[in-house]
Amino acid sequence: MTATRETLLALENVSVAYRTRAGLLPAVLDVSLRIQAGEAVGLVGESGCGKSTLAMAIMGHLGKNGRLTGGSVRFAGNDIGGMTREALRRIRGPGIGMVYQDAMSALNPSLRIGTQLTEVVRVHLGGSQAQARAATHAMLVETGLADPERIMAAYPHQLSGGQQQRVVIAMALLPQPRLLLLDEPTTSLDVTVEAGIVDLLATLRRTHNMAMLFISHNLGLVGQICERAAVMYAGEVVETGDVQQIFTQPRHPYTMGLIRCIPRPDLPRSLQRLIPIPGQVCAPDARPTGCGFGPRCDHFVSGTCDRAAIPLLPAGTASVRCVRAAEIGGRAVTAPTAVDVQRGGDTILAVSNLDKVYPLRGRTKDVVRANQGLSFDAVRGQTLAVVGESGCGKSTFANVLMGLTTASGGEIMFETIDLAHLPVARRPAALLRDLQMVFQNPDETLNPSYAVGRQIARAVRKLGVARDKAGVRARVQALLGMTRLPEAYARRRPSQLSGGQKQRVGIARAFAGEPKLVVADEPVSALDVSVQAAITELLLDIQRTQRTTLIIISHDLGFVRYIADRVVVMYLGQVMEVGAAESVFELPCHPYTEALLSAAPTPDAATRRDRIILAGEPPSAVSPPTGCPFHTRCHRKLGAVCETERPAGQALPPDHRIFCHIPVAELTRVQADASLAGRSNQAPIDRSVTASDC
Amino acid sequence: MSEADAKFAAALPQPPQGARFGWVRHIGRSSVALIGLSILGFWIVVAIAAPWLAPFPPNQSIRPMALPGAMGPNGTTFWFGTDYLGRDILSRVIWGTRTVLTYAPAATALAFAVGISGGLLAGYRRGWADEVLSRLTDLVLAFPALVLYIIIVSKFGASGLNIVLAVTLASSPAIMRLTRGLVLSLRTRAFVAAAQLRGEPAWRIMFVEILPNASGPLLVDACLRLGYVVITIGTLGFLGLGLPPPDPDWGSMVNETRKFALVFPHMVLFPCIAVSSLVLGLNLLADGLRELVAQE
Repeated sequence: MTATRETLLALENVSVAYRTRAGLLPAVLDVSLRIQAGEAVGLVGESGCGKSTLAMAIMGHLGKNGRLTGGSVRFAGNDIGGMTREALRRIRGPGIGMVYQDAMSALNPSLRIGTQLTEVVRVHLGGSQAQARAATHAMLVETGLADPERIMAAYPHQLSGGQQQRVVIAMALLPQPRLLLLDEPTTSLDVTVEAGIVDLLATLRRTHNMAMLFISHNLGLVGQICERAAVMYAGEVVETGDVQQIFTQPRHPYTMGLIRCIPRPDLPRSLQRLIPIPGQVCAPDARPTGCGFGPRCDHFVSGTCDRAAIPLLPAGTASVRCVRAAEIGGRAVTAPTAVDVQRGGDTILAVSNLDKVYPLRGRTKDVVRANQGLSFDAVRGQTLAVVGESGCGKSTFANVLMGLTTASGGEIMFETIDLAHLPVARRPAALLRDLQMVFQNPDETLNPSYAVGRQIARAVRKLGVARDKAGVRARVQALLGMTRLPEAYARRRPSQLSGGQKQRVGIARAFAGEPKLVVADEPVSALDVSVQAAITELLLDIQRTQRTTLIIISHDLGFVRYIADRVVVMYLGQVMEVGAAESVFELPCHPYTEALLSAAPTPDAATRRDRIILAGEPPSAVSPPTGCPFHTRCHRKLGAVCETERPAGQALPPDHRIFCHIPVAELTRVQADASLAGRSNQAPIDRSVTASDC
Repeated sequence: MSEADAKFAAALPQPPQGARFGWVRHIGRSSVALIGLSILGFWIVVAIAAPWLAPFPPNQSIRPMALPGAMGPNGTTFWFGTDYLGRDILSRVIWGTRTVLTYAPAATALAFAVGISGGLLAGYRRGWADEVLSRLTDLVLAFPALVLYIIIVSKFGASGLNIVLAVTLASSPAIMRLTRGLVLSLRTRAFVAAAQLRGEPAWRIMFVEILPNASGPLLVDACLRLGYVVITIGTLGFLGLGLPPPDPDWGSMVNETRKFALVFPHMVLFPCIAVSSLVLGLNLLADGLRELVAQE
């Protein structure tokens, strides 16, 4: 950040409001932000904080009901707010490019990729069709798509999510914009794919000398891409400054709160404890006077914080919108002492050689091999996490375990009963009571038609905990109390609850019958960061007091590392690695786990590992690769043996198995080298990378 | 944390309790729905108060071929005129409301009972139940509905019950298809899995967990379909397949007097206006409800 650089984008006191039935609702308030040419700035905040609205204001595209109610947006000196449609058209594309979160809906499903991309070139740069195709071809290669001819001939639905997002990035880059807006560009992608996109963006920024505004709820990602960041809360920028400084010495209580909410995959759980931010974002029409974060802030002082609107004040090299920043900010967020790790008991669940095969629809004989030979145990009273990317079969395993579908082979011994072939309709009442589930999507977990108290009461009655009216009522109140919901909420319908509250009710319902084992399928992945922390702590708390065994299905390594005692890493329906969390997250580990860990974004540059970018796309579970299923993408592939032989597990003490052909001693050595070298993941091991593209 | 949560919760605006059919209570928001509801309400009042509203007994022959507004006996007026048998058309339209508002809702209700049950079964169970029900649906829907009515009513005789059964047979497949589609998107929701996991029987999952969440679109469809059934009953009456004479029914009134329509248009005009206004009211109500459901 040199002072000589030209200011590309200047937002001065920008306010945006939406016209609604209830009047003008402010979405963005008094935001000032500058982006120099070639600079990457992050915009962080939870959903509903006005990030996307701000992006739309920059593009001059607020829709029919949105309006710039104050301030100015200047791009390269020109006022976006005062531009004609024609002038805006000339800015969008060659001036400011945009990449949206949902790549699938950013592409026209009925046009070939090549047609859509060449059109962009011809509209913005002119030239012949042949020139446009050549430019498109070159750009697709640049965005890391190995086979551009095939991609250009394809329709959007024929591409994977990662490929689609690369195409959308290519499309935004074709007119050679000077500023690229990225609105949560990797949120719907798997962590390994995300790592690839992040890497690509960093490279493109250097080669094109392009400025970026990177919008994300993920602090870790912003830390990897950007130099500066702005934290937004309830439509206001509450803190801006150098990214590393924001992470290491946050000044605003909201930023501190956010950092305390994120479990870190690089720290064992004995070194961290999540502290949720209480409450929720205020509604735009119910902003408190003074500090918008006041009602949720631990440092709130009546008379100081709620007197008048608080300006963004400079604090060193940063700016912060907090009158008490000097007293409270600027210190590292300390990790409070964590709780002790659960000591386990006997084995409650033993999975052995579990297979699940789905027939494909239609007249083919092909099958999807969702689970292949799964074998692992769960210990009573502990948390077992099943980790992997989407499509690895972890949810299938949960469904077989719960009896929502039955296995094709193998067994799941729960105490003394084999669950693998026992559908839920044939399970005895006592078994139903012992096994319950927490679901992923808070909007689907509750029946929208009934008050939540009634839904919990039904579970209490049906699971036979209490039958008489008073008993059921008492139990419902106890469950609401356990999940920290006010008793009056029993009369509310799901539509009157926030996502986190719905998830609490879902948890209360699952624990209604004092179950022995609870399966939680991605219980926090659909929630905002601050709510995730609260739900995570709640689950841990309940587990501690009830001694329930938890099986967590998740793709979020930070969350898993924080919550799990044991971890199973799955890839394409098979177990890659299983062991105690402390040993799985430390070296040596399976090369796939290594890649997952390196891909997980961490905010702190100091502890960041070198990213390992997996080649190509995950193979199809219809025809999984022979031998080790990971060999097509493995960065440590040995050779032919990986393609032909399925690796036997190598045992490490105390109870850790790695399914890889590389001997453990060798794995330990190369992985230690790689993490010490810090830059090289090309550790010296004999291999021939097959850059398989799908 | 819980303390802060509670403090914060207390500050939140309290939404009204019990919002399952919230959009029904917000009917005032949609002027279209309100107009439709008023028209429907008008006809319901007319049907209930028929004995007091009708100036003459509906089947009494008084003076044939009187024009609207003509004077009747004892200082009375034939506001809508009389038909070729001398019956007062206003009284017959008023009493005819009872017929249509008895058989149309009955037929619609039965059709929905059958269609919803079938749709729930097909959509929730899938498998062979779905195959059988869906093929049956295709079969009935491939048949022209009017031909179906004519076959049934002429085969089994024109009576109120047969009309209800014929309408049920002809319209329940479409309702089944609609319900099945709604169920397919609802059955994969987690709350259905949660119900299965606590051991709820299938019928309860279908009728208690799934059905209430499909009620919005079904209610809209019910209003529209009630309108179609009103037309159907009118059509059957017009084809001479309606209720046996002499009791008034709007369709039969048109049928009986159509030979005179060129000279005495009032004989067909008033029953036609009655049918159209009722159907219009139901369609407006359906449109308004659709808007409200979509907002939800």
